[in-house]
Amino acid sequence: MIIDRNKRRNRLLALLPVLPLLAFIGVTFVAPLGTMLSQSLYDPRVADIMPDTVAALQESWSGEGLPREEIYAAAVRELIRARKNRTVGQLATRLNRQTSGSRSLITRTARKLLQGIKPPYSKSLPLVHSAWGKPDIWRTLRAAGDSVTARYYLNALDLRYDANNDVVAQPESRRIYVSLFIRTLWVSLAITLLCLVIGYPIAYMIAQSPPGRAKFLLMLVLLPFWTSLLVRTTAWIVLLQQQGVVNDVLVWIGFIENDERLTMIHNMAGTLIAMTHILVPFMVLPLYAVMKGIPEVQMQAAHSLGAGWVAAFRKVYLPQTLPGVGAGCLLVFILAIGYYITPALVGGQSGQLISNLIAYHMQSSLNWNLAAALGTILFFAVILLFTLYDRVLGLDRMRLGA
Amino acid sequence: MSSLATLSQRAVTRPGRILALLVSACFLCLHAPLHAQEDEYITVVSWGGSYARSSVEAFHKRFTAETGINIRLEEYSGGLAQIRAQVETGNVIWDVVDMEAGDTILGCDEGLLVENDYRSLPPAPDGTPATEDFIAGYDTDCGVKSVIYGTVVAYDKQKFPARKPTSMADFFDLEKFPGRRGMRRAPNANLEFALVADGVPVDQVYQELSKPGGVDRALKKLGSIKDSIVWWETGAQPPQLLADGEVLMTTAFNGRIFNAVTAEQQSFHILWDGQVLAAGYHVIIQGTSKPELAARFVAFSTSTRSLANLTKYISYSPMRRSAQALVGVHELSGIDVRPHLPNDPRNTRNAVREDPLWWTDYQDEMNEIFFAWLAR
Repeated sequence: MIIDRNKRRNRLLALLPVLPLLAFIGVTFVAPLGTMLSQSLYDPRVADIMPDTVAALQESWSGEGLPREEIYAAAVRELIRARKNRTVGQLATRLNRQTSGSRSLITRTARKLLQGIKPPYSKSLPLVHSAWGKPDIWRTLRAAGDSVTARYYLNALDLRYDANNDVVAQPESRRIYVSLFIRTLWVSLAITLLCLVIGYPIAYMIAQSPPGRAKFLLMLVLLPFWTSLLVRTTAWIVLLQQQGVVNDVLVWIGFIENDERLTMIHNMAGTLIAMTHILVPFMVLPLYAVMKGIPEVQMQAAHSLGAGWVAAFRKVYLPQTLPGVGAGCLLVFILAIGYYITPALVGGQSGQLISNLIAYHMQSSLNWNLAAALGTILFFAVILLFTLYDRVLGLDRMRLGA
Repeated sequence: MSSLATLSQRAVTRPGRILALLVSACFLCLHAPLHAQEDEYITVVSWGGSYARSSVEAFHKRFTAETGINIRLEEYSGGLAQIRAQVETGNVIWDVVDMEAGDTILGCDEGLLVENDYRSLPPAPDGTPATEDFIAGYDTDCGVKSVIYGTVVAYDKQKFPARKPTSMADFFDLEKFPGRRGMRRAPNANLEFALVADGVPVDQVYQELSKPGGVDRALKKLGSIKDSIVWWETGAQPPQLLADGEVLMTTAFNGRIFNAVTAEQQSFHILWDGQVLAAGYHVIIQGTSKPELAARFVAFSTSTRSLANLTKYISYSPMRRSAQALVGVHELSGIDVRPHLPNDPRNTRNAVREDPLWWTDYQDEMNEIFFAWLAR
């Protein structure tokens, strides 16, 4: 008994030093993630601002024809209240997302209602704005009154609810997110592959070099790694733009004519080049760490047993570096999938990724719910890939060092 | 101060003591007024580049000189995100913001901005009350209208030795004028330009956009030059694109082109056809800790003298009639500013007047459609 109690106490004591870390993770990771998840599903603004109207519409209105006088009266009362306590703008913003044009309808109506209105409201409200005499705005109100809604997820997948609450595809002119998710995935894969192709020989060369030279080469890899991300990205703009260094050199050596300068920046090529450059160290470092741990004598042994360089490399060396390849690829891929500053600066339009759209909805359109839905989908896509990786290759085989 | 005190105690000679006294007196003199002034400041936020510099020259400096209130100038590139964050967290840092019409209307509806009262503004020099002095139209519930600016098409005259573009349709005509075009990466103004080029009369642009198929028509027209478009995002970019020869023609804000011509001697030319005229506003943020100072600044910055002064530095048209009468020559180059104002009758024969209410209703939907179209 006493031993057990002591054990438990020791275990609790051992927990003490990591408590700050747990608190830190809770505040900076779990809480924001939870907020994001709830934002993507939960949007109570309309139900908060017009509770009676929404409740009455959902309980007793069929969706055909016009609602009863009591519902009109509730709407008038709640619109005036919203106008007075300055929540009418939020209401208008939310309804406008559902149906474009609702914004001015709501704000103009609320403004005019302050000047007074007489019952019966089912007659007088349509005189304030003719749209109140049609069922469309009431349907919008009823649908937007659901506090818990999947519509942001539908929106993020280029789907929507139609008038009958069935899930249908967005009209073609408004489809954008699915193609961006797919583009983000293949761009991240392409960058991972490029990093591997470039990073593997570099890591191999460093691992094979004598210590002094290895140190120098490692510095060359790390130096850009320590330089500001923005500086590196803008440097690429200087190099790759149409009147830039690379084009100038190509024209000078006569490879291209002056009027057919290549467009290498502000498009997908720019995103691929700049992001590969920025992420290559994340590939080289784990590869180098693993390669350092492979004894040189193994290759010599393979040679002495009659294997050529290619066979020895393929059968002896390469398999032992796979844990490093896995670690590097996973690291680069996960960093690439959420990358945002570089594509925003050098991606032009064709080089934008899903993270740029998330930033747009956070900062410009202020549709935080949709941004949260997009972020959550991205988050679970990464989790899924991570799990897949674990199943196929095994996380325990991944090594960041020897 | 303590080191000065020990110095004067230790000083044996009379001149030493006097010197110490003088030094400490000077410190006191310098320190006191500086300190008082630093307490009184407001934070004014404006669009960067030549527009902000013009505002500083035209009325920020004068405001500080006349009232003793300092101005902290910050830059932003439009939008309500920062203001919303400040108001909702109750930590309002910005006092006065230079804003475009759409944001002014949205921010006002959301309760982020202070409502205006034109009756509290100073009258024109001849005594006309402010309510009558300001040009009609462009009305919003918050913010005081300050200037009219135009989104225009501009080109470098040197690049057109023979035939020059004369209409909005020419901007969209790649056969007549092959070369790249600069356009703002936003649907705003571009949809209007496309419809005007496609033959829609300037006063029916928003009716056409509201019709089913109207937006598709605009996008189809934009699509005819899509591969030749270089997209810009901030107002300072288009003059740079023209100067670098990255584009043959570009859309731009008229004041930026004017400043490139007058300050940098560029041979740029503005094509006054199908341009979109819009209004700028000076708004006070809801919940500012200095409502009186902010109101004082707005009354000053939208006064006849300030708005007329602004035209000495940039060709944006004053919203007050009395200020329009005072428009003279450009400070730096000495040229007459009047023919360069976006609402000068010579320039408005075929101009679109922006409908901010249409834009506040359709901005989100147009952005989605526009970005989907761009990505295709």
